[in-house]
Amino acid sequence: MSYLEYSVKHVPTGFRKILHISWPLVIMLSAVAGIGFMILYSVSGGSFTPWVEPQIKRYAVSLALMFVVAMIPIWFLQNMSALAYMATLLLLMSVEFFGSEVNGAQRWIDLGFMRLQPSELMKITLIMLLAAYYDWLPLKNASQPLWVIPPLIFILIPVALVMRQPDLGTSMLLVAGGGMMMFLAGVHWGYFSAVLAAGIGLVASIFLSKGTEWQLLADYQYRRIDTFLDSSSDPLGAGYHFMQSKIALGSGGWSGRGFMQGTQTRLNFLPEKHTDFIFSTFAEEFGFIGAIILLALYVLIISFCISLALSNQNRFSSLLMLGIACTFFLYFAVNMAMVMGLAPVVGLPLPLVSYGGSAMLALMLGFGLVQSAQVHKPR
Amino acid sequence: MSLRNQNPKESQRSITRRALILGSGMAGIAGVLGYRMHFLQIDQSEQFRLLANENRINIRLIPPTRGRIFDRNGGIVANNIPNYRITMVREDAGDVDEVIYRLSRLVELDPHELEKARSDLKKLRADTPITLTDNASWEDISRVAVNSPALPGIVLEVDSSRHYPLGPDYAHLVGYVGPVSENDLKRIDAPDALLFIPRFHIGKIGIENMIEDSLRGKAGTSHIEVNAAGRSMRELSRVENRPGSDIQLTIDTNLQSYISARLEGESAAAAVIDTNTGDILACVSSPSFDPNLFVNGISNSDYNALLNNKYRPLPNKPVQGIYPPGSTFKMITALAALEDGKLGFREKIHCPGYAQISGRRFHCWNSRGHGSVDLHRSLTESCDVFYYEISLRIGIEKIAEMARRLGLGERYDLPLTSVAKGLIPNKDWKLANRGDSWKIGDTVNSSIGQGYVLASPLQLAVMTARIASGRALEPRIIKSIEGKEEPAIQGEDIGIGEDYLKAIRTAMYETSNNRRGTAYGSRIIMDEFRLAGKTGTSQVRNISSAERKNDVIKNEDLPWEKRDHALFVSFAPYENPRIAIAVVVEHGGSGSRSAAPIARDIALQALYEDDPPLTAYPANVRDMIREQQQRLLEKRPKRTIRGDGRA
Repeated sequence: MSYLEYSVKHVPTGFRKILHISWPLVIMLSAVAGIGFMILYSVSGGSFTPWVEPQIKRYAVSLALMFVVAMIPIWFLQNMSALAYMATLLLLMSVEFFGSEVNGAQRWIDLGFMRLQPSELMKITLIMLLAAYYDWLPLKNASQPLWVIPPLIFILIPVALVMRQPDLGTSMLLVAGGGMMMFLAGVHWGYFSAVLAAGIGLVASIFLSKGTEWQLLADYQYRRIDTFLDSSSDPLGAGYHFMQSKIALGSGGWSGRGFMQGTQTRLNFLPEKHTDFIFSTFAEEFGFIGAIILLALYVLIISFCISLALSNQNRFSSLLMLGIACTFFLYFAVNMAMVMGLAPVVGLPLPLVSYGGSAMLALMLGFGLVQSAQVHKPR
Repeated sequence: MSLRNQNPKESQRSITRRALILGSGMAGIAGVLGYRMHFLQIDQSEQFRLLANENRINIRLIPPTRGRIFDRNGGIVANNIPNYRITMVREDAGDVDEVIYRLSRLVELDPHELEKARSDLKKLRADTPITLTDNASWEDISRVAVNSPALPGIVLEVDSSRHYPLGPDYAHLVGYVGPVSENDLKRIDAPDALLFIPRFHIGKIGIENMIEDSLRGKAGTSHIEVNAAGRSMRELSRVENRPGSDIQLTIDTNLQSYISARLEGESAAAAVIDTNTGDILACVSSPSFDPNLFVNGISNSDYNALLNNKYRPLPNKPVQGIYPPGSTFKMITALAALEDGKLGFREKIHCPGYAQISGRRFHCWNSRGHGSVDLHRSLTESCDVFYYEISLRIGIEKIAEMARRLGLGERYDLPLTSVAKGLIPNKDWKLANRGDSWKIGDTVNSSIGQGYVLASPLQLAVMTARIASGRALEPRIIKSIEGKEEPAIQGEDIGIGEDYLKAIRTAMYETSNNRRGTAYGSRIIMDEFRLAGKTGTSQVRNISSAERKNDVIKNEDLPWEKRDHALFVSFAPYENPRIAIAVVVEHGGSGSRSAAPIARDIALQALYEDDPPLTAYPANVRDMIREQQQRLLEKRPKRTIRGDGRA
């Protein structure tokens, strides 16, 4: 969509835009964030410090940014896609090449009130770029090998940078998110089958390379994989996180042990209880009922985004909304699978719930794009 | 719609199709997640709840206080006293070296202990209290407490430690406790979890060891919630411990301490038995040692000094020590012959100073010979030839049987360490153990308590008590456990004719009270407390015939370890026996000279329950006795603290 199609007749202007914001989405997102505040309050032993207060501030800032982005015409954002991608890439490179000189493996840029990880931002801007690319590319060309290469490059450059940090979880998420975008854009099945086959080949070579000189992953990454494959083998060493997480979750039962009553959390058996393993804390204290409600909220948010996307006539908007929904899905699915012992410990936060600003900011910016697409959809 | 773009309808269809495929994939994954939640939280929740509790709940043992030990009058024998320890918690101390330096200016710290503490401080967790010094005095503790603001991380702890106020007097009977060792754990089949507590003490020898189970009590448990770092957060529940049972002994501390003092300087053993109940009133091994040295680990030099002492302070001689009973055995041979009908009361046997038996000459101690001797004289003057003669008439089996009936060759069921069985030989025994047939000479030697015959002083006391009472009483050392009286085994009638026993008792009376008796020098002249006894002198070496020709070397001229053992068994009062006494003085020379005076002093002390009046002694020894009483009074602890515990 270009500004030429932007007709005052069809699209709200000024403050009337606010009426067209999808408020159910805002409420659902805030509900998830609220659950997050509650768990953080419990984790810190019934205190607003050190986690709840900054988290609330961040959410407020992120929410405000979402509204700001929602007000920006979607065509303008579309035109900015490439620029945003390039800017994020530069940030990523700067932390990659300069950050490491300053302070070891630094992945973030200090914004004062929070530390921004460019890799989180990249998840959103990559979706934007791919959506813009496929909006520009005629559908019939989408599956031509020549036109498949550029998006692959768009995906793999940041992946390579993130891999170097090294951050396996985020790079996998970028690959999966980008792949989903290409799938949605109508790239032929054959490519995905080929990638799947190659993926299997890669996994095989990762395992085969273990211990050799051309070892593909770092030792700790191998350990995490080993742990995942057999968590009981070493319950006090590498398998400790896994086991404690499952114990926390499992001991929740139907209704949980009660708010602030989770022993695994309170007595510090659970590692990373305010970040990656926050879901275990929640499930321990609120049980199956609480956990399934949170899962349902996530599913509802994604379904809502998908329905918004499918009702949008604009190809860029549709692809963008679906892409954001997919990224959001990947976040919580991988995190939940991880804490429940279905996936290796890869270090991904539970979206909007885990303590931390970057993922929240990035996701809320993403939802800002969704809102913008909704507000400015052709009617 | 787009200037350059494709057909929007086509695009929309494609996106919708792909979105629905992807959406159903995501729904599927969400379903798997939900199912997994259900599996973990509902299906396996029990198991995980259990694991969570296992994580957080630590069971700590609360050690029980050890049962105390009292004497028969309620005087304390083994007690628990508070033991103050100065410990340090590293995380609270901050600058560990500085705090230790300040502490060392207040109390004396053992450099060896301090070194160990320093390494523990580095190794162990920051919140673990590390002991800097054990057994701190009350003054030290007060000084530290007053200065506590300057000593961050210093924690004063108190627990109880075993103490034996009477020290050496009870060392052999009661034994001592000590820290659990690897060997202890190996010996015990299913060790109580308590034993794994550092610094936990268990009985090592003696009564402390033998009735450990009653004394120890039962541990309580405390369920403590801990966090992942192992720090305790709160106590969830508590089961109180059950303290160990208090034990009362049959021993009379007053008598026990008197005998300890009386035996000082000798390597000797004495046992006193109540002839009515079998209660062991005193059981002393000399020299002794201080059991308190062992409680917190004895130093190598102290221990080696005990091991290398030629008087052997460690074994409990009256119970563990076995000696040839010598002439004290003659009552047995006499009773066996009387009962067998092979000896008449008035029957006389001629003693020329030796007996020629199957080509060998067996000597009487009196080489000039006793002349014509009857049973009465044979005991009072201790003629050997008389017994050689009658032993040939009855044979070894009858003698051995009588010895067993009188309590020799039997291991008493007493909670003491290594209770000796002694040895009463017979034909089967010799064949089995020496691989040789029984010789006439063996019977002859056995008849006067030499040869293979071995008995402990306690056994000799039991023998004397059985002769005095005519009953098969058993010795008893535990009077009550936790106030519950242990049954005394007074025994049934021993089944020996009363006239036979009376003849023996009379002869024993004469031994002590007849001018010609071997123990006349150690008589008691108080009529109601007359002593009846029998001396014994047992050879520890063979006397060669050449030596015998050149006159036997006097004991005093021999090196100590080659001198004869001196023995004396007795009961008193003669008319109405109350106590039986056996005294063995190792290498003491002769029974009449070294053992009998001791037994007399013990008897008087026991019967008067205090220092006896000098009028109980013959006039010629009173000066010596007065001196002795005064000397011993200084060595003995102040008279038993009566009524301190419950009696």
